[in-house]
Amino acid sequence: MIHIRDTAFQPWDEIQAYQNTLSIEGKYGATAVFVGSMRDFNEGDDVQAMTLEHYPGMTEKYLEKIIQQANDKWDLLDTLVIHRVGNIMPNDPIVLVVVWSAHRTNAFDASRFIMEELKSKAPFWKKEVLDNGSRWVGKNTSK
Amino acid sequence: MSINIRLFASLREQIGESELSIEANKADNVREVWTIISNDSPMQANTLCSINMEYVNSDHKVKDGDEVAFFPPVTGG
Repeated sequence: MIHIRDTAFQPWDEIQAYQNTLSIEGKYGATAVFVGSMRDFNEGDDVQAMTLEHYPGMTEKYLEKIIQQANDKWDLLDTLVIHRVGNIMPNDPIVLVVVWSAHRTNAFDASRFIMEELKSKAPFWKKEVLDNGSRWVGKNTSK
Repeated sequence: MSINIRLFASLREQIGESELSIEANKADNVREVWTIISNDSPMQANTLCSINMEYVNSDHKVKDGDEVAFFPPVTGG
């Protein structure tokens, strides 16, 4: 399941709510969760807020492709990806990736893969609001 | 008939439009589309291009009805 959200979300509530809709009780032995949140600093500057822009349609298309690739590569039971767009404040969750599988290796590896692919392919762009103006983030960090 | 063009993030600000169109017979490939809409500004080496929401190289041919997009490196997550 993929959601693009323009309002704040609570990752742990989302995980519980989505898991309640699944019929995988007793089947999963591993749930890997990644939550990416907004920092109040970047490249040595204080960051007051951020705007996240995306390419509607292409974003969903690439997230679906990435999840399909993960399913082709690993034996997974289900996945959930939520990504924020719009105005974001420090500490707000930006992205949630959850993978359910029978065993931990598949869950760990697939969640890492989905996150790294999302970072390099999904068409989202961050603009930071600093003390003295705003700037587009030029590239994602490599770690 | 026309090619529809979408611009995002810093390239949207550079061109001053988020969406525009050009006559399909004016451009043969993606790079030529950029040349037309940017008034001959050089395309940055890190500019990403897509046609109909699939990544393509700047020498990819364009055709009538295509949606061509230009944007900087992605920074989601």
